[in-house]
Amino acid sequence: MAGQAAKKEKTPRLKMPEQEPHVRARNFHEVPLGLTAEMAIEEAGRCLQCKKPACVPGCPVGIDIPGFINLIREGEFTQSIRKLWEKNSLPAVCGRVCPQEIQCEGLCIVGKKGEPVAIGNLERFAADQERAHGTGELPPRAKPNGKKVAVVGSGPSGLTVAGDLIVKGYDVTILEAFHKPGGVLVYGIPEFRLPKAIVAQEINFLERLGVKVECNAVVGRTVSVDELFEEEGYDAVYIGVGAGLPRFMNIPGENLIGILSANEYLTRANLMKAYLFPEVDTPIPIGKNVVVLGAGNVAMDAARTAMRLGADKVRIVYRRSRDEMPARTAEIHHAEEEGIEFFLLTNPTRYFGNEQGRLTGMECLKMELGEPDDSGRRRPVPMEGSEFSLDCDLCVVAVGSGANPLLTQSTKDMQLNKWGYIDADLETGKTRKKGVWAGGDIVTGAATVILAMGAGRKAADSIDQYLSWGW
Amino acid sequence: MFTIVNREEMAEGTVILNEIEAPRIASRAKPGQFVILKANEEGERIPLTMAETDPQKGTITIIYMVVGKSTALFKTLQVGEAYQDVIGPLGKPTTVEKVGNIVCVGGGTGIAVMHPITRALKDAGNHVTAILGARSKDLLILEEKMAAASHELLITTDDGSYGRKGFVTDALKDVLDKGDTQMVVAIGPVPMMKFVSKLTSEYQVKTIVSLNPIMVDGTGMCGGCRVTIGGKTKFACVDGPEFDGHQVDYDELMLRIQAYCEDEKRCFEDYCMLKPDYAR
Ligand SMILES: Cc1cc2nc3c(=O)[nH]c(=O)nc-3n(C[C@H](O)[C@H](O)[C@H](O)COP(=O)(O)OP(=O)(O)OC[C@H]3O[C@@H](n4cnc5c(N)ncnc54)[C@H](O)[C@@H]3O)c2cc1C
Ligand SMILES: Cc1cc2nc3c(=O)[nH]c(=O)nc-3n(C[C@H](O)[C@H](O)[C@H](O)COP(=O)(O)OP(=O)(O)OC[C@H]3O[C@@H](n4cnc5c(N)ncnc54)[C@H](O)[C@@H]3O)c2cc1C
Ligand code: SF4
Ligand code: SF4
Ligand code: FES
Repeated sequence: MAGQAAKKEKTPRLKMPEQEPHVRARNFHEVPLGLTAEMAIEEAGRCLQCKKPACVPGCPVGIDIPGFINLIREGEFTQSIRKLWEKNSLPAVCGRVCPQEIQCEGLCIVGKKGEPVAIGNLERFAADQERAHGTGELPPRAKPNGKKVAVVGSGPSGLTVAGDLIVKGYDVTILEAFHKPGGVLVYGIPEFRLPKAIVAQEINFLERLGVKVECNAVVGRTVSVDELFEEEGYDAVYIGVGAGLPRFMNIPGENLIGILSANEYLTRANLMKAYLFPEVDTPIPIGKNVVVLGAGNVAMDAARTAMRLGADKVRIVYRRSRDEMPARTAEIHHAEEEGIEFFLLTNPTRYFGNEQGRLTGMECLKMELGEPDDSGRRRPVPMEGSEFSLDCDLCVVAVGSGANPLLTQSTKDMQLNKWGYIDADLETGKTRKKGVWAGGDIVTGAATVILAMGAGRKAADSIDQYLSWGW
Repeated sequence: MFTIVNREEMAEGTVILNEIEAPRIASRAKPGQFVILKANEEGERIPLTMAETDPQKGTITIIYMVVGKSTALFKTLQVGEAYQDVIGPLGKPTTVEKVGNIVCVGGGTGIAVMHPITRALKDAGNHVTAILGARSKDLLILEEKMAAASHELLITTDDGSYGRKGFVTDALKDVLDKGDTQMVVAIGPVPMMKFVSKLTSEYQVKTIVSLNPIMVDGTGMCGGCRVTIGGKTKFACVDGPEFDGHQVDYDELMLRIQAYCEDEKRCFEDYCMLKPDYAR
């Protein structure tokens, strides 16, 4: 085995072809171009088919990773996607957006001495292959059992619950506040990272299975959770409304024109397709000199969007150091290649504006790392007298999001934790309110697509048990 | 799809009324709440207050002024045609209580927003004086309905073509001088609400205004609608749209609603060139 490892590790990890940085930095097409069948088979050959695969525990939904990879290696692409579907209903999405380096690939044995097997890229390949050449055949569906389930929110967690319950014979309706389903997958993550056609196809697949999708339904306003039970005859409700509350810095000048939350900026760009303005009617501010606050995936997406909309200069301002940046490694790398500059250990203290109320710049302080804080990361502390100013005409605030109270405050007997997230059992998704489950970002706080899906899967099982046996 | 069942042109075609089928919204909406409408796939999400709701018929009524590309596009929609999306009811409803003597001040299409609120305040047992302002007689809307919804109706026009010549604040001052007003509700252009609030603060009369910052989602998710109230940032779509008029930073709001002016103008001009007969 050790000998085999030594031999295999010599085959370097296949690099996924990508659009050239200087080209892609000005267009909205997807950046990685995907693997060809030959490349996928070659990369699949790097997997050692471990008897006790280290990678699997790293995947929050426990995909049989050596299993699906082996099928690719054998050219059995259809079988491979079937294997993925056993655990993951959105492989085309996860293959693209999972933070693989801290999940499956982070634990891959091949990665100990060299570069890990490109599990994410292979997952993406299998899914894309199916989208392009698959039969589109639907999985078998149990006989309708007459029980109605409402799924509130159409992000990855809601879509997973809907997909799992529809095949079990439930009558499932998704209620979505926006005019289009998909959650963060459509309004947050940009086209160049996750083409919207992929999300639309996944939703279309659910609709063909019989899931009803009702958009423009703001639960808590258009209809309440209690009314879903009392007036609309639902037997169970799943709440997957995400963490849709923008956080701001609360520093002077924050309401100047040209300062937007990442939620607003990305919603305009992605959901409203404002990058096509004036062909579409929704405008978006075009910054020449842009600052993005924060260094998570959201910040990278905002910075790269600003670049694509024609900025001369885009800077990421982040109060901790490079090691603490929460974004996926691949996205940080992509952002750097596209010419985005990083101002690390830097924190803004106030904004400057002109008489028209428009942003002209900001004052920042240099930081240094002190003792570890609650999150275990070293706390950034300001360095006295280190103030300096940065010019900018657009600032996107991407410093995290919180729990949106719209639904939770309008629902009786909903137990929340001290941050306003829903108190739900992490194993089953059950809330303290009868017949109501919750999962995804509204329970955990902003997390990842795959964790939101994992929560959805557990809740679907629990809902199924409850509606079959009453517990 | 949300079909238009009735359509009227008011104020020489600059103000349009649409009655729209939206049964779910109609059954729950309360005075002061708004909806967000989107005409078609490429359309912008536009917030408009409900001027009327009919839960039996399952319809809501909106009254809007044609000011830019999106409202010009809305104007082209005829009876039998539909909005692709209507979302609501959004925002907090008006608090309707019996407080005594109330003055309702409406300007421009703010009068449409004011109408259901005025009626509800009257039905709650208040004595209601309505003051309506318009630039000229032809632009005045809903006079009869407002007369029916109030006990007393005063009208001002900027050019003196109807009612009293001058601004709503002139008429309001006379009413406030009587000294028996407990509350003022003012809805209209931002400068109007600003000057009404300035006047009523001199008289220390509680004043409610309805703010109209730029919105995207209307559910507290984007923060685009932020306004400063008493030094604190609030989201108008969920914390409002009604606020204590004496606490509002009107100058900030006035600047913020201009944020996309240049872009919008470009978009509107392109649109007018393509479809000249649609714009006005
Ligand atoms: C810009 C951005 C980039 C990201 N990049 C990555 C990444 O690369 N990798 C990764 O793993 N994760 C990433 N994430 C995080 C990931 O997208 C989320 O963790 C995940 O989408 C959460 O899923 P969810 O189903 O809980 O909620 P969401 O995806 O937030 O969906 C919630 C849905 O509920 C709807 N809703 C809200 N309130 C109501 C209501 N009252 N009634 C009806 N509907 C309602 C919303 O409109 C939305 O459609 C990113 C997030 C953002 C914002
Ligand atoms: C809660 C609320 C209730 C409203 N109720 C009414 C009403 O009952 N009747 C009525 O005539 N008008 C109402 N408005 C104003 C109405 O939304 C704007 O006139 C409309 O959006 C203009 O769009 P446009 O494309 O035609 O004009 P544009 O050329 O886009 O813009 C003209 C002006 O309209 C405002 N505006 C533009 N886009 C938006 C947006 N997405 N959200 C909010 N304002 C915007 C800006 O101030 C802009 O300067 C309301 C606004 C809000 C926020
Ligand atoms: S779902 Fe994500 S974590 Fe699991 S195998 Fe796929 S890429 Fe890895
Ligand atoms: S992906 Fe890595 S850890 Fe997983 S089975 Fe293959 S070689 Fe082993
Ligand atoms: S419109 Fe987005 S938060 Fe109010």
